[in-house]
Amino acid sequence: MAAASNSDAPTTVGVRIAAAADLRYAMEQLIDLWHLANPGVAVEPVYGSSGTFFAQISEGAPFDVYFSADIQFPRDLELKGLAESGSTQPYAIGRIVVWVPEASTIDIQARGLAALSDPAVKTVAIANPEHAPYGRAAVSALEMAGEYDAVEPKLVLGENVSQAAQFVESGNADAGIIALSIALAPALKDKGRYAIVPIDSYPRLEQGAVVLNAAGDPSAAQAFLEFVLGPEGRTVLDRFGFILPPS
Amino acid sequence: MIDWQAVGVSVRLAATTTAILLVVGMPIAYWLARTKSPWRPIAEAVVALPLVLPPTVLGFYLLVAMGPNGPLGSLWAGATGGRLAFSFEALLLASVLSSLPFAVQPFSVAFAAVDRSMLEVSWTLGRSGPATFLRVVVPLSVGGILTGMVLTFAHTIGEFGVVLMVGGSIPGETRTVSIAIYDRVQALDYSGASATALALLLGSFVVLALTYGLRGLTIVPWLTRR
Repeated sequence: MAAASNSDAPTTVGVRIAAAADLRYAMEQLIDLWHLANPGVAVEPVYGSSGTFFAQISEGAPFDVYFSADIQFPRDLELKGLAESGSTQPYAIGRIVVWVPEASTIDIQARGLAALSDPAVKTVAIANPEHAPYGRAAVSALEMAGEYDAVEPKLVLGENVSQAAQFVESGNADAGIIALSIALAPALKDKGRYAIVPIDSYPRLEQGAVVLNAAGDPSAAQAFLEFVLGPEGRTVLDRFGFILPPS
Repeated sequence: MIDWQAVGVSVRLAATTTAILLVVGMPIAYWLARTKSPWRPIAEAVVALPLVLPPTVLGFYLLVAMGPNGPLGSLWAGATGGRLAFSFEALLLASVLSSLPFAVQPFSVAFAAVDRSMLEVSWTLGRSGPATFLRVVVPLSVGGILTGMVLTFAHTIGEFGVVLMVGGSIPGETRTVSIAIYDRVQALDYSGASATALALLLGSFVVLALTYGLRGLTIVPWLTRR
């Protein structure tokens, strides 16, 4: 289960990362692989909305590496002097899907976003577009598909994309627009069906990571970032449906 | 599985908050109970504010105040050279403030109920103000003081909004039980969430039942007293 890193984590923290919610499942696998190869350097993840992390890091939150779902946030941290100028690295491009639970009668694969205006769909979960990149992507895709006005009254907002996924996975929302990387997660894979939203219908979810100036152990932090950008990292990110930037 | 690390953070936070509010809250409560000052309503309103304010409001102000450029954050950096925001100390400060009314109000109700003639007897027998407080007022107010302590402890364990705003969910540092449960639910790890939630539920129940049973206390005097 994904909880493994919680209670078994060594007490000495090597690298503390703030990771966008869409990375949760891929990151758990990446960290397991990292610990196999580097048992001495514990990596401790915290997951949440990229925008919330941006605000927290700006107020001095003690993270070493920041994996954002929107590359603009780490670049803005560079401008604030919290990370070295020009050091932000693209690591993946995210994709969104429309997801419905297995029991749903909606033929999501055939109808895609248009299915969301169906009267059988009462609530649609998305991440909060105010600060979550996946929420912004969901809103743009709905607008592009001409469905936004019909779907807007049905929207329920998760604090981040994994809360949006939780809303629909638990049956409290009828459909959700979530990250492909979460739809492919072990916890969700067999519980529903999804349709990939055309990637040209929303602004590119270019994701970027940066080592923060306040990192306690900058070389370990940099090594973990390189590991995610390297061949092993790319294999895992690819498996979770991310499009990879040129290496 | 139960997130023991988060349980540890929560218990440490609640115990320290209770200890601090016992020391800080008693003089405030005694002053509120005895004073004839025209400032009293203002002071009472300030103490009660955390009851009314959404935790996010308190959390928002604290987050900004404790940041590197905020007044508390820069004061802290000057004194210790470290960062305040997102540390255990930041969480402690936030929970002392948000639990203030849960300690001060029951203390104050108990102090106000102490018969004034008892105090006068103590004074005429030559006891000073502080000695009278410790030897007469406190023993006669044990019920209210315990009530305040239990409420403070329980409220801190259950605090969510303020912790979410100022904590940052850092394992072993600021990830409390309530935040850990929220995180497990978002990870769709319902078994992890329910194990920790069940532990919290049973623990809270046992503590409250023991407190009621052992002391025969009225936990919420303003509801049960006619």
